[in-house]
Amino acid sequence: MATESNGHRAGGEENGGGGGSFKMPEIRYTKLFINGRFVDAVSGKTFETRDPRTGDVIASVAEGDKDDVDLAVKAAREAFDHGKWPRMSGSERGKIISKYADLVEQHAEELAALESLDAGKPVGVTRVVDVGNSLHSLRYFAGAADKIHGETLRMSRQMHGYTLREPLGVAGLIVPWNFPAVMFFSKVSPALAAGCTMVVKPAEQTPLSALFLAHLAKQAGIPDGVINVVTGFGPTAGAAISSHMDIDVVAFTGSTEVGRLIMEAAAKSNLKQVALELGGKSPLIIFDDADLDKAVELAIGGNFFNKGEACVAGSRVFVQEGIYDRFEQKIADAMKNWVVGDPFDPRVNQGPQVDKVQYERVLRYIEQGKTEGATVLTGGKPCGKKGYYIEPTIFTNVKDDMIIAKEEIFGPVMCLMKFKTMEEAIARANDTRYGLAAGVVTRDMDVANTMARSIRAGVVWVNCYFAMDSSCPFGGRKMSGFGKDDGMHALDKFLAVKAVVTPVHASPWF
Amino acid sequence: MGSTGEFGNGKAGGGGGLVVPEIKFTKLFINGEFVDAVSGKTFETRDPRTGDVLVHVAEADKADVDLAVKAAREAFEHGKWPRMSGYERGRAMNKLADLVEQHADELAALDGADAGKLLSLGKIIDMPAAAQMLRYYAGAADKIHGESLRVAGKYQGYTLKEPIGVVGVIIPWNFPTMMFFLKVSPALAAGCTIVVKPAEQTPLSALYYAHLAKLAGIPDGVINVVPGFGPTAGAAISSHMDVDSVAFTGSAEIGRTIMEAAARSNLKMVSLELGGKSPMIIFDDADVDMAVHLSTLAIFFNKGEICVAGSRVYVQEGIYDEFVKKAAEAAKNWKVGDPFDAATNMGPQVDKVQFERVLKYIEIGKNEGATLVTGGKPTGDKGYYIEPTIFEDVKEDMTIAQEEIFGPVMSLMKFKTVEEAIEKANCTKYGLAAGIVTKSLDIANKVSRSVKAGTVWVNCYFAFDPDAPFGGYKMSGFGRDQGMVAIDKYLQVKSVITAVPDSPWY
Repeated sequence: MATESNGHRAGGEENGGGGGSFKMPEIRYTKLFINGRFVDAVSGKTFETRDPRTGDVIASVAEGDKDDVDLAVKAAREAFDHGKWPRMSGSERGKIISKYADLVEQHAEELAALESLDAGKPVGVTRVVDVGNSLHSLRYFAGAADKIHGETLRMSRQMHGYTLREPLGVAGLIVPWNFPAVMFFSKVSPALAAGCTMVVKPAEQTPLSALFLAHLAKQAGIPDGVINVVTGFGPTAGAAISSHMDIDVVAFTGSTEVGRLIMEAAAKSNLKQVALELGGKSPLIIFDDADLDKAVELAIGGNFFNKGEACVAGSRVFVQEGIYDRFEQKIADAMKNWVVGDPFDPRVNQGPQVDKVQYERVLRYIEQGKTEGATVLTGGKPCGKKGYYIEPTIFTNVKDDMIIAKEEIFGPVMCLMKFKTMEEAIARANDTRYGLAAGVVTRDMDVANTMARSIRAGVVWVNCYFAMDSSCPFGGRKMSGFGKDDGMHALDKFLAVKAVVTPVHASPWF
Repeated sequence: MGSTGEFGNGKAGGGGGLVVPEIKFTKLFINGEFVDAVSGKTFETRDPRTGDVLVHVAEADKADVDLAVKAAREAFEHGKWPRMSGYERGRAMNKLADLVEQHADELAALDGADAGKLLSLGKIIDMPAAAQMLRYYAGAADKIHGESLRVAGKYQGYTLKEPIGVVGVIIPWNFPTMMFFLKVSPALAAGCTIVVKPAEQTPLSALYYAHLAKLAGIPDGVINVVPGFGPTAGAAISSHMDVDSVAFTGSAEIGRTIMEAAARSNLKMVSLELGGKSPMIIFDDADVDMAVHLSTLAIFFNKGEICVAGSRVYVQEGIYDEFVKKAAEAAKNWKVGDPFDAATNMGPQVDKVQFERVLKYIEIGKNEGATLVTGGKPTGDKGYYIEPTIFEDVKEDMTIAQEEIFGPVMSLMKFKTVEEAIEKANCTKYGLAAGIVTKSLDIANKVSRSVKAGTVWVNCYFAFDPDAPFGGYKMSGFGRDQGMVAIDKYLQVKSVITAVPDSPWY
């Protein structure tokens, strides 16, 4: 592979296979999945999904629009109102969801390869992280399905009161392209456990794994109509979901901008419930007493893992002045070993950005940063001749009010800043309209506890980053959204609480 | 009492073409291996269909319990089980459930021959219920949550729920499989290690489960099984200085002994699920056929050898006569025979001791002046079979109305008003379950709140579920099985409080 300056090697010229022993996946499912069958779009239209290593077309996929969403919702509604899924015991649903997990596990290689191909993610990582996460999510919620409890209430009058938590109905799930399968299951697993039926619209950039997973769902015994997958674009298929009069809840992960649109459409249509997991500009705050090597490792992982295409990217790195110079030196050195290349090459740390649009967007932000007067410590340029590769980029001398410090770039771009005191760190960390995640690196317990309580974010990671787990509630504050994925709280989006009250006459006990 | 022998491995034994399953595991299971008792002693387990010896099983005593506890302690303090994530423990437990399902036929046959339990019900109820229980707790293992606390001062507080340590489990003979998994599943989920003493009447399936647990990847020392007798092996567990919690299901009499031993030794945590004298209360507006069906089931299912048996049946006077007639007929049609025969409703009592005990109570009932409506005698020339028996004109203070018989004997009583029913239902030292049959919402609500019992069944009976907590009031014991609360018996709650000086937020 050719070596560029800064030690970032680009792969991808030798298309199709890189240096790995990995088999290219066969693309078997390219049609909409509605009511248990793969069908063409009503309009017959298709769209292309491209390989970000080269820009070449991988496959043509059916393009769903309003008509297709209508059919999917109709199937989901029938499956909910008259089908067995919501009426099965949680234990039975749990067994089927477990079976689904077993099938995903059996097809792990194929799934990992699809993810890597469609989204440009390193295949070693998709095999372990993306597939692993998917399995964990399915199995966690398989075990939750029979533990969905309401409460009995001690009412103040002579009443017998209790709450039932019932499946809400038909869910619309709109998921992004950065972790396609993981995102699919983050919404689908709890929705299934709750007894809902659903219409999933995967991102147009990465439709392939969702269709494959729909096929596996049917094999697992999930009844027709329970899971429907409509591939297509936001303004057409996505909008049809968020404004549909017969969808009860829409759960979305994606940009803040699109999240707004979805919420507006929900309000304008039938006031369906909304859950949004949006973007972030998460701070990673490193104190003087931090383990320096650990801090560097976390900053790199937090910014460049998954080519920076992660909502929780710790894109604003604040380093306390006492260790700032050493930190800057160490991270510049460490980046020399960071390999950009073909995601099917097991040596690669970072693949291409997901598509041309994102690629150009990130490059625009990089230029913006240079124009605004920030200093490029490393990277700052595209990488390789084909595809959408960008060098991992670190800016220093960044001011808090620069565009690159305020807006979510969603690419491999880190803003490195210095701070003096903990109070200053808290203030600057919170000075954002986002509130998704935060990282704190320190050995001091008091600092950790104070920071954890003072940062306005949905998850605070102390001496770690990306420490997500199926049992740990995850979601944002402020303009990072509302509602939780993961953990038992994830079920709430898909459940309605009904109180049942009966008078109890003349009873010696209440 | 012929039998259908569709169970492959078994051999036809006895005079009536009885099927006797192959018995593969007869030694103690300690630290992942099947071993003889230190003393070399063995004891007999008998087939209640004939009274014949099925096999000899290693007999554990104090020395063996010491070895088992040692293995469990080592597995807890230094092994991986408690330190594995709940998710990983859940995976192993799910594998065990898979194995139980795969071997269901063989296991049901073991319980049939060892405990006289109906083979057909073993296959469709006991085994699937055991697997479901395991899977419930497999899915619970990663959902054991403490809480963060809003503490009043400048502190951060939270609770950790930690596995309590080595758990002693002492279980009865009436549902050998269900009882095993009822206790073992939540203990495994919690991350504890376990020493199980199955009842001496029914040691066989527990040893098989030990074997399957090892196959499922549950590490050595996590589950240990020491068959033996109460006064020796059982007592060794309840008085052991290194067992942290003992969970028992059985008679109130033994429950007392266990609790005393726990108090005298190391104050280990105790949970007891004991006997009952559960009332079935049938109102005038009840569907009489449903009421007859439920009350028949409630006392004759599993030959009355069930802690929640609805042994006192109160029928409101308006429907009393119709009820008695129909209940007598239902009892006569309740077929007693070889549990391997699919047509049988009721097999033999578990052993000679129980058989004689039940017959003694029946004689007491006759002597006390209760009227025998049907049954009242043993049946068959071999084994421990008793006719389904109904007494009426029973008074509250009669022995047969107060003491748990643990056999197929129903005490039938009449009542006038709801208040009377409530009072009589509560007139017992026990408080395990109760059944209410009525169409009236108000009666259902009122009576369910007024009866002192751990489970109240309305228009149903034996409606168990892994998610519904089960356990007794009063002398039926304390502590709950099933549901997320069952795990509490095997957890300790630790509060962790840290000073948080000078934080802008708490």
